[in-house]
Amino acid sequence: MLIETHDLRKTYGPTVAVERLTLSVGAGEVFGFLGPNGAGKTTTVKMLLGLAAPTAGQARILGRPPGDPAIMGRVGFLPEQFRFPPWITAADFLDIHGRLCGMAAAERRTRTAALLARVGLADRANSRLGEFSKGMLQRIGLAQALLNRPALVFLDEPTSGLDPLGRHEVRDLIRELRGDGVTVFLNSHFLSEVEVTCDRVAIVKRGRVVRLGALDELTRHATEIELRVAGLTPEAATGLAQWGRVVRDQESGIRGPEAGGRGQETGATEVVRIVMAVAGEDVAPALAAYLTGAGAQIYALAPRRLSLEELFMRVMQEET
Amino acid sequence: MRSVFEIARLTFLEARMRKMLWAIVLLGIAFLALYAIGFHLIYTDIRAHMVGGAARLLEPVNFFVLAGLYAINFLVVMLAVLTSVDTIAGEIASGAIQTIATKPLRRGAIVVGKWLGLALMLAVFTVAMCAALMLIVKLEADYTVRNPIQAIGLIVLEGLIVLTLSILGGTRLSTLTNGVVVFMLYGLAFIAGWIEQIGSMLRSEAAVNIGIAVSLLMPSEAMWKRAAYLLQPPFLRELGLDATPFGAASAPSEAMVVYAVLYTALALWIAIKEFSRRDL
Repeated sequence: MLIETHDLRKTYGPTVAVERLTLSVGAGEVFGFLGPNGAGKTTTVKMLLGLAAPTAGQARILGRPPGDPAIMGRVGFLPEQFRFPPWITAADFLDIHGRLCGMAAAERRTRTAALLARVGLADRANSRLGEFSKGMLQRIGLAQALLNRPALVFLDEPTSGLDPLGRHEVRDLIRELRGDGVTVFLNSHFLSEVEVTCDRVAIVKRGRVVRLGALDELTRHATEIELRVAGLTPEAATGLAQWGRVVRDQESGIRGPEAGGRGQETGATEVVRIVMAVAGEDVAPALAAYLTGAGAQIYALAPRRLSLEELFMRVMQEET
Repeated sequence: MRSVFEIARLTFLEARMRKMLWAIVLLGIAFLALYAIGFHLIYTDIRAHMVGGAARLLEPVNFFVLAGLYAINFLVVMLAVLTSVDTIAGEIASGAIQTIATKPLRRGAIVVGKWLGLALMLAVFTVAMCAALMLIVKLEADYTVRNPIQAIGLIVLEGLIVLTLSILGGTRLSTLTNGVVVFMLYGLAFIAGWIEQIGSMLRSEAAVNIGIAVSLLMPSEAMWKRAAYLLQPPFLRELGLDATPFGAASAPSEAMVVYAVLYTALALWIAIKEFSRRDL
């Protein structure tokens, strides 16, 4: 494992930034660390890089304690709040970081040219960073993070400040890194970029990991079934709880055939729309049998996996 | 050590790219030119009207040498604070330090590298300015300053004390607070130096002790006092012609110089420790 943490904890006075974080990230994996602002994502990255000392717990990256100079030459990092010296040119900036990584002059020249081309800044090699737009600074930051051919890269909000095209390029870059066997720890609150790039995801909320697993695994257990039924008695509606949790329950605005000649007057044939959160789509046949057995008429029964965004929103709305 | 030199190089590069080096060089030349013109005019006038022996002529020359070196000494202290007050505190506040601190180097190398880069620039400035001033005096008045190497060394040491304290403060304090603290400490040492000098002349043991106690807290001004004492010709003191606002009636001992060196080394060591254990 390239990253391993055990009960990692960080507090600032009475405020808990990270609570008992235990996770492991393997070689070549793209790991998404998702959470709203203030969830403890950046603090976690700082602890993994040795920039912040944990209050409790242990962490190891590349088999060594975070920040150990013996391994930091194989680690790349793009901070969330990347501040650049405005007086330096793009090429000199990369050259200085290459020197700090202990790279030889010839290698620095080769890598600088290759990375400037890779992030679309080849024609701005001799421009001062003070003249760069926010998106261009983010690109040079990415180049800096990849300069030393790292085995493990921490990207903290890498698409922040980028336009849609830039975001797309970053996603391609992350895929390339995965193809090269580089492990990527991606901190982000852009769910779409996590969804298309990450192998596994941890969702953090108020310093705690509340979901952890492969994307498919997380969403498999986050399925909704949309029902449109008529003739649902109150008892049958109560009985739905055995299959899952009713998320929404509303009139559909559609009317079914009248029953017993009373129909519209009693509302007995009103088609209701019910959305249920269930453990998986395999409950659908049993649920259909239950409703039929209870005398309800099924107009629709549609299982649907949640997108990562919907899962994220649901998790954020849950009480902890 | 490679990391230390790379950080020192980066510090030097920053000073050059931000045009700080040019500003210092050009204004330093302006200072020396002004001093040379002023000294020439005043020395010519004094020599034309001087009545008495050679010793009487040495008194104003000594005064102007001490005045010039005192001004340089003050510039060195100002430069030491202004160049270093933001170098660590500012980079911590902006987050710029994060990409440096995650490179394969020890955090101590960042502190020592920045200190080394600034210390070398400060030392070169001090030596160049002091030597140029002494050369002006030599060419104009054929006056050879006494103990030039020791005196310049002490002025450099004073700058290093202030520089190191500023870097130490930057590991814990914000830029503004750090600047205020270092300047106030320098101010305390400055006034304590005067209390000690006047106390020495008036034979007030309590005043001298206060001055020494503050010098132990902040030994910067004591270095100037010793430099000034060494610069003065002994016979001016014997004739009672050494009283200038810039000179020293009594000199801090060699032990104080050793103390100042150890003080600086300790301050740098604490800065390394503080920076190494703080969150960035």
